[in-house]
Amino acid sequence: MAAASAATASALTRFSSQCQSPYLRITSRRDVCLRQKLSMAITCSMKSPFKHISTYSGSKSPIVPLSATTTNSPTTSPTSTPNFHGICYVVGDNIDTDQIIPAEYLTLVPSNPDEYRKLGSYALIGLPSTYPVRFVEPGEFQSKYSIIIGGDNFGCGSSREHAPVALGASGVKAVVAESYARIFFRNSVATGEVYPLESEVRLCEECSTGDVVTVELAECLLINHTTGKQYKLKPIGDAGPVIDAGGIFAYARKTGMIPSQSTT
Amino acid sequence: MASAAIGSNSSPLLRKNELGLSSFSSSSLCIQTSKRRGSKKVVAVMAPPQSQRPPSTTGSVKTAMTMTEKILARASERSQLEPGENVWVNVDILMTHDVCGPGTFGIFKREFGKNAKVWDREKIVIIPDHYIFTSDELANRNVDILRDFCMEQNIKYFYDIKDLGNFKANPDYKGVCHVALAQEGHCRPGEILLGTDSHTCTAGAFGQFATGIGNTDAGFVMGAGKILLKVPPTLKFVMDGEMPEYLLAKDLILQIIGEISVSGATYKSLEFVGSTVESLSMEERMTLCNMVIEAGGKNGVVPADNTTFKYLEDKTSVAFEPVYSDGQARFLSEYRFDVSKIEPLVAKPHSPDNRALARECKDVKIDRVYIGSCTGGKTEDFLAAAKVFLASGKKVKVPTFLVPATQKVWMDIYSIPVPGSGGKTCSQIFEEAGCDVPASPNCGACLGGPRDTYARLNVPQVCVSTTNRNFPGRMGHKEGQIYLASPYTAAASALTVKNMKKNVYEGQKIFSKAGSKDATLAMSSGDEQNET
Repeated sequence: MAAASAATASALTRFSSQCQSPYLRITSRRDVCLRQKLSMAITCSMKSPFKHISTYSGSKSPIVPLSATTTNSPTTSPTSTPNFHGICYVVGDNIDTDQIIPAEYLTLVPSNPDEYRKLGSYALIGLPSTYPVRFVEPGEFQSKYSIIIGGDNFGCGSSREHAPVALGASGVKAVVAESYARIFFRNSVATGEVYPLESEVRLCEECSTGDVVTVELAECLLINHTTGKQYKLKPIGDAGPVIDAGGIFAYARKTGMIPSQSTT
Repeated sequence: MASAAIGSNSSPLLRKNELGLSSFSSSSLCIQTSKRRGSKKVVAVMAPPQSQRPPSTTGSVKTAMTMTEKILARASERSQLEPGENVWVNVDILMTHDVCGPGTFGIFKREFGKNAKVWDREKIVIIPDHYIFTSDELANRNVDILRDFCMEQNIKYFYDIKDLGNFKANPDYKGVCHVALAQEGHCRPGEILLGTDSHTCTAGAFGQFATGIGNTDAGFVMGAGKILLKVPPTLKFVMDGEMPEYLLAKDLILQIIGEISVSGATYKSLEFVGSTVESLSMEERMTLCNMVIEAGGKNGVVPADNTTFKYLEDKTSVAFEPVYSDGQARFLSEYRFDVSKIEPLVAKPHSPDNRALARECKDVKIDRVYIGSCTGGKTEDFLAAAKVFLASGKKVKVPTFLVPATQKVWMDIYSIPVPGSGGKTCSQIFEEAGCDVPASPNCGACLGGPRDTYARLNVPQVCVSTTNRNFPGRMGHKEGQIYLASPYTAAASALTVKNMKKNVYEGQKIFSKAGSKDATLAMSSGDEQNET
């Protein structure tokens, strides 16, 4: 365990530090940027709204990117960095965990596949009536919005993991917020449920619910096809491969830091 | 000997990490271990006669560290670390409850194997407390899941409940986890305590590192006994001045959160020092640290002192070693408060940082009052409320719900005489004031819960509450308006005249001359001589 710990520590150190210093440049992504630039022209011209394709089937499967320029199996290599394309749902500042998943639904156990699915149906149901559009339609388990755009301090409040889990279960691929509360950020990475991305400007004032957006992870870009604008995002850094792998345990196993699961 | 200076609970790992000191200890004349003892004095180190060696390995050059940094250093077997570093930390206590326990166990078994055993059956404390007295089947099932796991793993500390109709019939059952952890002696200075609940930071009142984590992290700790943590920088809050008699720790923390906002302490540690802090009881310190998370804080700490040691005397026999910030420790910022100038505060809907003077809210009509939770449902919180009702002698004008945090608090309410009352217990005073009968101890309506939770806010009413959060829907109904307040303010609010646009302000007038820092308690002028 000691050797594994040390190895895990060095790798995970990088991802954890990313939480605090998102300005760290990842030079290996430069190559990808060039390739992506060519594909970007193609994706940008697609102005018609995409139907959101859900890649979750109740269990935690690796995120399957929608863009043709990336491969289907996420590995830690930069060429497979996923992109997300879909319609966005915009919220404000200080969206706390009670709004993301009200406490009355916490009786659902996330590690139970049926209850995981149900959590998805309640994602963001706690938002007040000032939000005219519901995130998940009644009777549905998934949302048609796959990207959430938020303001400051997204995910504040409780340490309940049900919050990023509910979002992931409902089909959210990424949250793009101005800043995060730390436990929510940590839980998002540890579970691999959603990519917690940080914007440089107040995107919640630039975008509207229903806008068609693309998040290009490698390029650190958010493109709003509806308004025609694009915005720089802070690099997810080493938290990315952890989420790609499916969370902290999967990542540690994939990279050989902790032994494979025993089947006993 | 370097190792001799270290407390008995420290493992040998400390010795080998005293960067080189251990191998020279026989020849050293003077050892720099005073920091580990808790003394603030820096003792010079005599470098033993040796050839070239970088200064850092002798231990002769040490950057001063804050309390939080030192606790994390010791737990990660490092003699030195700085904010921003990620370190693997040995965990002393892991706590989970009925809401997050089942999910945590699921992850633990999935990742470590279905026959895996927890890393230490004595370091895990499992406390059902959130959704207990409800007919919700999933909630009841979750308590059963806790039991099954505890039996399978032979968990030493499981505060079980089986008879939901009568909490007293369950000798092991405690109630609210954070209060139970303290009352059962699981909080100790210098240790690392993690819990699957954001208010785990409450335990920082004991001078330890305590923070909330999610199921996945907890599942990892359950198997490995360690967690990767980033060392937070510390914000220092110095509180001096005589605490006015109408003020409680809840007012202090509302003051701070209002000052720095709900994200003002994100990724940071909060250290509370000063003469006022030193004058606070353990329960008041717990209230202070409890709401650190409401400012986004990673953890809060109060240096351990005689108050701490006295509290722990009859609760734990496990040896502990407190740590203290070095005199030259570097803090991110320092805030100073003259507590004598602080007035009773509330946090208005819908944010804990929406601070206002209680007296500014005099035009708010209240529909109900809730006194309970880890924040404001401890014995001293109820004693405080009882003092206000006693001083007033009148009946409450709105439904007033009382939810003791634990069995012990419930028993205290029914047995401890309230000073100045001629021997009456809190329960008698509450009854005379027309409050609801004190309910079964649990988290209750603080976070809403299943629909049939006692005192849940199922209609869009205005509630003054001693709890910790007031985001939309927190206690149930999305349009409910929650004013966070101290037990004094909550009790005073309950006494205000019905159907008139007075409330907190009127209540405060019973208790003090609002706004005047020379105010004295209305009751103290008359009742002091009756105190036993």
